[in-house]
Amino acid sequence: MKSEKRTLHCICCPLGCEITASLEDGQVVAVCGNSCPRGEKYAREELTAPQRMLTMTVRILQGKLPLLPVVSARALPKERISDCARALRRITAKAPVRAGDVIVPDLLGLGVDILASRDMDHI
Amino acid sequence: MGEIYDVIIVGGGPAGLAAAYSAWQNGAGSILVLERDREPGGILQQCIHNGFGLHHFKEELTGPGYAQRCYDLVKDKPEISIMVDTMVLAVRPDKTVCAVSPERGRMELQGKTIVLTMGCRERTRGAIRIPGERPAGVYTAGAAQRMVNMEGYLPGHKIVILGSGDIGLIMARRMTLEGCKVQGVFEICPFSNGLTRNLVQCLDDYGIPLYLSHTITQIQGKERVTGITAARVDEHMCPVPGTDFAVDCDTVLLSVGLIPENELSRSLGIELHPLTNGPVVDQHRATSLPGIFAAGNVVHVHDLVDFVSDEAAIAGKYAALTAAGKLAAAERTLPVVTGNAVRTCVPQRLRLTDEGESVRLFMRVTKPIRRVKLVIRSGGNLILSKNLLAAKPSEMIAVDLPAGKTVGLQDDLVVAIDEEE
Amino acid sequence: MDREADVVVIGGGITGTAILAELARYDLHCVLVEKEPDIAAGTTKANSAVLHAGFDAPQGSMKARMNVAGNRLYHELQEQLDLDIQWTGSLVVATDAAEEAVLHELLARGQANGVPDLAIWDGKKVHEQEPNLSLQIRAALWAPTAGICWPFGLAIAFAENAVQNGAEILRECEVTGIRTEAGKITAVETTAGLIRTRWVVNAGGVEADRVSQWAGDVSFSIQPRKGEYVLFDKTAQPDLVKGVIFPTPSRTSKGILVCATTHGNVFVGPNAQNIEDREDTAVTAAGMAEILSGARKLVPKIPMGAAITEFAGIRAVSSTGDFVLGFSKNVDGLVQAAGIQSPGLTSAPAIARYIAGLLVKASKAALRADYQAGRPAHPTLRTLTPDGQEKLIAGDSRYGRVICRCETITEGEIVDAIHRPCGARTVDGVKRRTRAGMGRCQGGFCGPRIVQILARELKIPVSSVRKETRASYMYYDKDEMSGGNA
Repeated sequence: MKSEKRTLHCICCPLGCEITASLEDGQVVAVCGNSCPRGEKYAREELTAPQRMLTMTVRILQGKLPLLPVVSARALPKERISDCARALRRITAKAPVRAGDVIVPDLLGLGVDILASRDMDHI
Repeated sequence: MGEIYDVIIVGGGPAGLAAAYSAWQNGAGSILVLERDREPGGILQQCIHNGFGLHHFKEELTGPGYAQRCYDLVKDKPEISIMVDTMVLAVRPDKTVCAVSPERGRMELQGKTIVLTMGCRERTRGAIRIPGERPAGVYTAGAAQRMVNMEGYLPGHKIVILGSGDIGLIMARRMTLEGCKVQGVFEICPFSNGLTRNLVQCLDDYGIPLYLSHTITQIQGKERVTGITAARVDEHMCPVPGTDFAVDCDTVLLSVGLIPENELSRSLGIELHPLTNGPVVDQHRATSLPGIFAAGNVVHVHDLVDFVSDEAAIAGKYAALTAAGKLAAAERTLPVVTGNAVRTCVPQRLRLTDEGESVRLFMRVTKPIRRVKLVIRSGGNLILSKNLLAAKPSEMIAVDLPAGKTVGLQDDLVVAIDEEE
Repeated sequence: MDREADVVVIGGGITGTAILAELARYDLHCVLVEKEPDIAAGTTKANSAVLHAGFDAPQGSMKARMNVAGNRLYHELQEQLDLDIQWTGSLVVATDAAEEAVLHELLARGQANGVPDLAIWDGKKVHEQEPNLSLQIRAALWAPTAGICWPFGLAIAFAENAVQNGAEILRECEVTGIRTEAGKITAVETTAGLIRTRWVVNAGGVEADRVSQWAGDVSFSIQPRKGEYVLFDKTAQPDLVKGVIFPTPSRTSKGILVCATTHGNVFVGPNAQNIEDREDTAVTAAGMAEILSGARKLVPKIPMGAAITEFAGIRAVSSTGDFVLGFSKNVDGLVQAAGIQSPGLTSAPAIARYIAGLLVKASKAALRADYQAGRPAHPTLRTLTPDGQEKLIAGDSRYGRVICRCETITEGEIVDAIHRPCGARTVDGVKRRTRAGMGRCQGGFCGPRIVQILARELKIPVSSVRKETRASYMYYDKDEMSGGNA
């Protein structure tokens, strides 16, 4: 059995708790240092299947502004973030949109929608 | 001059919008928000990343999403008018405001109260005196952020960032996601000035090096930036000879601090604090001039917009109450003084009635410290103490002083860090 | 396509533009060529912005003569050309007996040069006038005719006046050679084609010796000398100084001065460093330390934290020790206006009259019948009365949109700066004409918007907008990136 301790900083909120996770054979067996349950969840995920939210802009036609800020509906696999960003660089939306509208459904087949961060009125 | 507004708010960013909403909630019948940009929301509109709103809206929002929430709260209220594309040229002690806009021309407006919510601006290359040529390709991080996130242009392709404040870190990730190469972030302090979460998810995730105790000693390039020279600095922040090295880049982004935007306050004659660079305020965010309030980054630079909203809500509320003549006169004024290891504390004074009042104090420490006790004393008596796991200059500390603790206070409040274990 | 001209002026700095404006009074077809995208982009943009009284240069020198005459001419031209000048007076201060003796030398020299109203003040009077000066200062030479100015604004005014009177200004037009036949000038070769001409005026600044050599006159050389400056925010310490404060001069330099600007800022500088690279306008840590320490000797309370920008300029120091003015002795048709270091800014209108006089005599040109003095008006929101502001915005709503908030500059002013004669094509060009981006945020807020206004008005892509020099592009299209790097 291989035991190790890993230290990481939680990114769930601005506190940035320093979390120590104990691993045995690659499995997280204990987490300490977090000040809320989200920290434990984060640590477990981060050490097994790290995930990140993605925010980007896409071009928007006939909008009040030329770009629309967008956000992933939930976190995406960390190792696919760059692919996702690259894909969004080629997207063009069309005004009007409302905050929360789906701009790209199921991005790259990852099961996560990309949503408008704000309203964008027609020009 | 026409209508007399109960509250005129200068600046339609998160502070201005929160002040407007709170003034409305507290009974103000006519509220006017003056915003210079083409839409309300302020700098949040260009901060497309998420992480906003956990305190204030209890959910994680993007900057534009947070702005949208703030705007949605005020947009359809008949008592609240918002003028965009409108620049305030002067605010006077008699609470008249001179503003111009293309649509309305020159306006003289009269308020019963005024709330100043102009936000802050970025320190520039000139302020930190980086040697070298003056080519294109040197931008403040915020100016670059606007171009990338709102206008659709890139400041360059190979980026060096000076300063590890949050904007710098956020821009490091942002430029990477746009396909640029970020060569490194250089920080003159031995510690980062950004939030830990941003170090992790903006730098570590992308393998972007952070050079602590380093600075840029030279910018090269006659027309466009062609590179920089960086060097390690000693404890006095002076470059150490022989430690310099060249970094190839076409762009330098500066994230070297924010300064409250107080030109209007200064010409108005408001008392400003030398360390916060903002108006000296009491717990209601009343400034030294009667009927004039201030809140948000114009008072002191915050690291969380949530606290900006909270603070602006206080200012909006007391502006509304003052306009309605409902604010009880204070019995006494107590200065709030900073002691050991506390650099700034807002509010800088308390104006108390005999009933007492719950007060939230915001402070910044002078240096990173771990496991310390924050203590508030008055006349030698301990009023409150709070254990802190860690305190960093980059993270504002908020402490609530319950109403009961403020009853009967007679002497200055001294806020300090007790470093003895 | 070849062009024809009577006179080609090489160099669009203060000297070249002043000469062009003077020549434009006459029935001569004059073309000014400038290698950069804008005029006033060399020494003219980075100097002490002082209009000297004229007591420094030795009696009988061209410098002394042109300085005193130029100062007088600016007093006359100020209203006609709407020049941004304030006649604040200057003080040369002394801290000991030896320096006081120098003041008396300067007084005598100034009087011999014809400088009016010079006086020696005692320490008490000096501190009454400038209370923030060092208490070490015990006397000063007061020169009431000295002033401060908006230096590029002067060149821009001359250029606008010249263009209004039919002169041509070709920018991004670099001289590559000068053609002569039998020792007589026939044409100027440029990157924009050949310009056939009888006369060439060499106002090439730090490059003037090269220009002269192309024509075949090697009678002088130019030593580039760099001077660095630090500019402070206007709110830092209002009224830190009211005018120009010089230390007692050394043999080589007027020294590091502390000076107000016409817009309420304060700046300090310059140092003086001979350099090899004629384009080396880098500021250095050592240089900044030198000028700040020099300035503190005059004004101890220099507001270090309020610096908003640093810059360096190159001065063209002639091997002859004086301005090089007049017809070349070696090349027929070449007129030198070279080696124009300090007091070149002050001397410009006098140099212009002198050079134009020579050319008018040689060409026998008559005055233009349709000459128009002055230049087009450029309204600014911030300087108007409330009524005036209302009318201005009513006439053009763009004057109601403030773009640069530090300096209160409107979109209307920026658009006017772009479309006026010899208008701005670059971000720095807009800045020199309007002050937009010159304030404490140094373009942090307005920079992106000015780029977009330039693109819109010049009908070019945003990615083609430049800061100052020919390849100083500021922003790139995102698409360009995703094509290349994705």
